[in-house]
Amino acid sequence: MSDIRFTKDHEYVRVEGDVGTVGISDYAQQQLGDVVFVELPAIGAKLEKGAGAAVVESVKAASDVFSPVSGEVVAVNAEVDSEPALINQDAFGRGWLMKIKLVNSGDLDGLMTQADYDAFLKTLA
Amino acid sequence: MNMQGRPTRPASANEGRRGAFTGNRALDMEEALIFESGRLDATGVDIEDPEPFASRLGGLERKGEIGLPGLTEPEAVRHYVRLSRNNYSIDAGLYPLGSCTMKHNPRLNEKMARLPGLADIHPLQPVSTVQGALELIETLARDLMTMTGMSAVAMSPKAGAHGELCGMMAIKAAIVARGEAATRKVVLAPDSAHGTNPATAAMMGFSVRAVPAGADGVVDAGSVCDALGPDVAAIMLTNPNTCGLFERDIVAIAEAVHDAGAYFYCDGANFNAIVGKTRPGDLGIDAMHINLHKTFSTPHGGGGPGAGPVVLSDRLAPFAPVPYVVRKGDALKLVEHAGDSAAFGRMSAFHGQMGMFVRALSFILSHGADGLRQASEDAVLAANYIRASLSDLMSAPFGDRPCMHEALFDDRWLKDTGLTTLDFAKAMIDEGYHPMTVYFPLVVHGAMLIEPTESEAKASLDLFIMTLRDLAMSALAGEKERFLGAPYDAPRRRLDETRAARQPVLRWTKPAPA
Amino acid sequence: MRYLPLDASDRALMLAKVGAPDIDALFADIPSEKRLSGLAMPNGMSEIEVERALARMASRNVAAGSLPFFVGAGAYRHHIPASVDHLIQRSEFLTSYTPYQPEIAQGTLQALFEFQTQVAALTGMEIANASMYDGSTASAEAMLMANRLTRRTKAVLSGGLHPQYADVAATLARLAGDTIVRMPLDATASEDIATQIDDDTSCVIVQSPDFFGNLRDLLPIADAAHAKGALLVAVFTEAVSLGAVRSPGEMGADIVVGEGQSIGNALNFGGPYLGLFATRLKNVRQMPGRLAGETVDAEGRRSFVLTLSTREQHIRREKATSNICTNSGLCALAFTIHLTLLGETGLRRLAKVNHASAVDLADRLAAVPGVSVLNRAFFNEFTIRTPRNAEALIEDLARRGVIGGAPVSRLAPDAGLDDLIVVASTELNTASDRVAYADAIAQCL
Repeated sequence: MSDIRFTKDHEYVRVEGDVGTVGISDYAQQQLGDVVFVELPAIGAKLEKGAGAAVVESVKAASDVFSPVSGEVVAVNAEVDSEPALINQDAFGRGWLMKIKLVNSGDLDGLMTQADYDAFLKTLA
Repeated sequence: MNMQGRPTRPASANEGRRGAFTGNRALDMEEALIFESGRLDATGVDIEDPEPFASRLGGLERKGEIGLPGLTEPEAVRHYVRLSRNNYSIDAGLYPLGSCTMKHNPRLNEKMARLPGLADIHPLQPVSTVQGALELIETLARDLMTMTGMSAVAMSPKAGAHGELCGMMAIKAAIVARGEAATRKVVLAPDSAHGTNPATAAMMGFSVRAVPAGADGVVDAGSVCDALGPDVAAIMLTNPNTCGLFERDIVAIAEAVHDAGAYFYCDGANFNAIVGKTRPGDLGIDAMHINLHKTFSTPHGGGGPGAGPVVLSDRLAPFAPVPYVVRKGDALKLVEHAGDSAAFGRMSAFHGQMGMFVRALSFILSHGADGLRQASEDAVLAANYIRASLSDLMSAPFGDRPCMHEALFDDRWLKDTGLTTLDFAKAMIDEGYHPMTVYFPLVVHGAMLIEPTESEAKASLDLFIMTLRDLAMSALAGEKERFLGAPYDAPRRRLDETRAARQPVLRWTKPAPA
Repeated sequence: MRYLPLDASDRALMLAKVGAPDIDALFADIPSEKRLSGLAMPNGMSEIEVERALARMASRNVAAGSLPFFVGAGAYRHHIPASVDHLIQRSEFLTSYTPYQPEIAQGTLQALFEFQTQVAALTGMEIANASMYDGSTASAEAMLMANRLTRRTKAVLSGGLHPQYADVAATLARLAGDTIVRMPLDATASEDIATQIDDDTSCVIVQSPDFFGNLRDLLPIADAAHAKGALLVAVFTEAVSLGAVRSPGEMGADIVVGEGQSIGNALNFGGPYLGLFATRLKNVRQMPGRLAGETVDAEGRRSFVLTLSTREQHIRREKATSNICTNSGLCALAFTIHLTLLGETGLRRLAKVNHASAVDLADRLAAVPGVSVLNRAFFNEFTIRTPRNAEALIEDLARRGVIGGAPVSRLAPDAGLDDLIVVASTELNTASDRVAYADAIAQCL
C-alpha cells in the first residue's frame, strides 16, 4: 500500500518504493479554482525539499508548487500539461504533476499523514 | 376621416415579449468584428495613387495580401459607436474603483491638448521652435515639486509602473555610485503593495522582503526596523496605503530607513488624497511617482495612456534620467544626453507624455492651490461618508476608524450568505454601477475597495449608498438569485474566463470553409 | 469650484454623519507638524483664464502644419481622418477604465481584439498584445522577453536602431545587470551583425526601415541568429511602411515591436504614443502586457475578456513578465480606427504616396550641389550628408521657414556624424513643400 503525506502548502507526495508522486491536494485545487496552465520541471532536475518545483495557474492566481521531498525528477505528467483540468477533476489520480526519486526517506517524517492533514484542514475552515 | 390613428398607450409590459431575431436589445446592439463586416477593397479614406515613379524599396516590396479589411466612414463610425455603447464610463455614472481614481475628466483639458501649438509639434524639431512646450513642461514640473516638497522631477516616465521603474533605477544608480551594489540587494515592501512594486524591484535585480502590516492595517516603524539591515537598498511603501489608510509612522519609518543607509520609495498612486494637506518631501520620501491619470485626471481611456513623473529628493536628484529642461536666461534648453552628469540614462524615446502634461497642467491651473486642497478633502470626506453609511451592514477589516480617499470592506459579512465578493460586485452592475475594486488589496479577504472621488454630488453618493444598502440587505436576507446569476441586464452575462485561458483565442482567424 | 459638486452644507451634513468635528479630524493620521496650511501656488482659474494661459504657451511653438516640415526619426506627421478623433472622444471610450469588468466593457475589449488581429496581420506574426507605452519601451521589453525565452542575457543592437531606443535598452540592461553589444551607428546599412552573434546571445535587435531610413533585409540576420539559438527582434518606427514592404514576420523575426504613432495619433511632442508588440503563439507566456481573448458568456454569446493575466504583475508580482500595468488604450483605439478606415486598399495607397513623396524629395535634394543621399533603399525617410554642420544648417533652414529634418548629432552627439540629417516626407508634404526645401537648402549651402 502506498503512503501519502502532505505539506502545509497543500502538496502531496505518495511514495511507492523510492519514488514519490507529487501533486496538489483536492483542497488546494478547490481553493485555486479552474486550473488553466501548469508549468512542470524538466526531467532530471534535482530538487531540494521546499524548492519551487512547478507552477499551477488558475485564471486569477498563480501558485508555486514546492517540492515536498528532495530528489531527482524522473517523470512529469504530460497529460496534465495539455489538459490542466485534470487537476480539478482528479487531483490525487490523473492530476499528478511529477515523480521524484527520493534521496532521503527521512524527508517524509516532517510531513503530515492523511489524518493529520484532515485535522489541519479543519483548522482552516 | 383621417384613418391614421394608432395606439398611444402601452399595453401591459410583458405582453408579447419575445427575444429579438437579431440578438439586439434595442439600443444594445450586437456588432460583428471588422474582419467579418469589412472588405479588403473598401476604404474610408480617399487617397489618389501617385504619378508613376521608380520604386526605391530595394526589392523588399510586400507581396501578397496583408489581411486588413476596411470600412467606409459611415460604416466605421457606426461600428465604433455601437462598440462604445457596451462600455461603462465615468461620464455615465459613479465609477468607484478603489486605487484607480475615476474622477471627472474636464473637457477643457481635451480642448487644450488639441491646440495645434501643443499637439502638432514634433519632439525633434529645433528647440528654438518649441519654447512654449518646454515652458509648459517646466511649469508642470515646478508645480509637481511645489505640491510634493521635492527638489527634482523626472518627467519622462510613461505611466505609474514606469515611474516606479524610474525611481528604482535612480536608487540603483545611487547605490552603485556608493559602491554598495554588491551588498544592498533587498527591497522591503508590505504584502498590501500594488503588484507593480515587487515586479519593479525584481526588474532591477532586487529581491523583495515582506514587511508585515499590523492588525490596524498600517506598517509600524518597529517592524520596518526589524527588517532593515545593511543588505537593504530601499523600502517601497504606498501612502496613503492600499487599504486607504495613512501610514502614520511614516516619519519614523523614513528616519529608520535613512539611518540604515537605504532609500524610501513611495508609490504615489494615492497622492490624490493628500494634495495640499501634506508634502511627501516633508515626510522623508526620496522618490515618488505621480499618476497624472489619477491625481490630475487625465482620462484613463480604457487602460491608458498614463503618465508617471517621478519627484526626487536631494539625495536622488543627481541621478535623474535625461531628458530634462533647464533655463538659460530667457531661453529654455532641453538636456538630452547624460554627458558627465550622474544621470542614470534614459527611460524612453523623446521627452515624456506631453499630451498628458497639457491635460494635467490644465487641471492644476483650473483648481489652483485652493481647489486642489478642496478636491483632496472632498475625496476623503466622500469615502468616509460611504464608510460611515455602510459599516453597520458590511464589515470593515480595520474597524470603525477614519479612512483616506477610499473605504475598504471585507467579505466576513457575507460569510453565511453563500455569496462572494464577486457576486455582490456583479449585482451592482444590474443596478447601473460599475463595481468597486474587488479582491485587492490581497491582504484582506474578499476585499471591496470603494473610491468615490471628489466628483460626486451628495445626491449621487446618497443614491449609491442606498443601492449598496439595498443589495446588502438582500444578500443578508438570502435572496441569492439576484447575485449568483448577475449581471442579468448588462450587454453580457458573466464570461467563461476559464475557457479564455485554457484555449486562448487572441486574434480573429478566417473560419475554415464549411 | 466648477469641478467640485459638494457645497458647504453638503460637507457639514456629511461630516455629521461621519461623526467628525471638522475635515481635519479625517486627516488626523498625518503627523501634525507635517500638515500643510496651504500650497504656495495661485488659486484656481476660470476656463477662460486657463485657455489664455495655455494658448500663450502654444503660441510660442511652431506647429508642424504651419510650414514645410520634414522631421521623422521615430515620429511621423500623417493625416488623421476627422472621425478618428471624434470616436476616441466618445465618453465610453475616453472615460472608462481598464476592462476588468468585461460584462460592461465589451466595447473596449472587442476593439482591442480587433487591434491585436490587425497588428498581427501587419507584422506578419501570429499574435500581438493590447499595446505598450511606445516603441522604445516595447523594444526594451522585447529584449527582456528574449532573455527569458533563451535564458541568456546578451543582446546585440544594430547600428541602425534608433539611438534613443538603444539608449533605453542600454539603461535597462546596465542597471539590471544584463549585457548589450551596441554596434556603431550604421548610416548606410553596411554593418555585418551576424559576426557579433555567439552562443551567449539572446537576441539581435534590428530596425527596418532603420533610423537612417534604410530598408534592411532581415532574413539573413534571422538565419544567423537562429543558427546560434538566438532570436531576431525586429523594430520599426514607421508603421505605414508595413503597407509597402515585406513584414518582419515574413523575414523570420521572432518578436516584432514598433511605434504605432503614425497611424491615428498626432505628434504630441513625443507622447502619448503606442508600442506595438507581436510574436509567435508559442512565446505567448513570456509576452509582457495585456491580452484580450475570445470566449463566451453564460448565454453562449461570443464575448471578449482580458486573459492569460497570470503573466502580469497584479497576479505574479515579482515573478511577472514585466512590471507594466497601464497600456496605451486610447492611442491603440485611434490606431485601430484609422487602420479600419484605411483598410488594405487605403494603407497600400497611403504607403505608396509616402514612398513617392520621399523619392521625389530625395531626387530634388540630391540635385542640390553639395547634398548627397546616403540610402540605396528607403521608404519615406532617408539621410542626407551636406558640407555643413547639421544642427546649424537645420537652424538656418528654420529661419527660412523650412523644418528640414533631424540632425543625427542631436540624438548621437558622440558618433562623429555631425553632417547627417534624417529627412522624412509623407503624404502631408506637397510638391511645393519639397520644392521649397530644395530651394532653401541650396541657399544655405
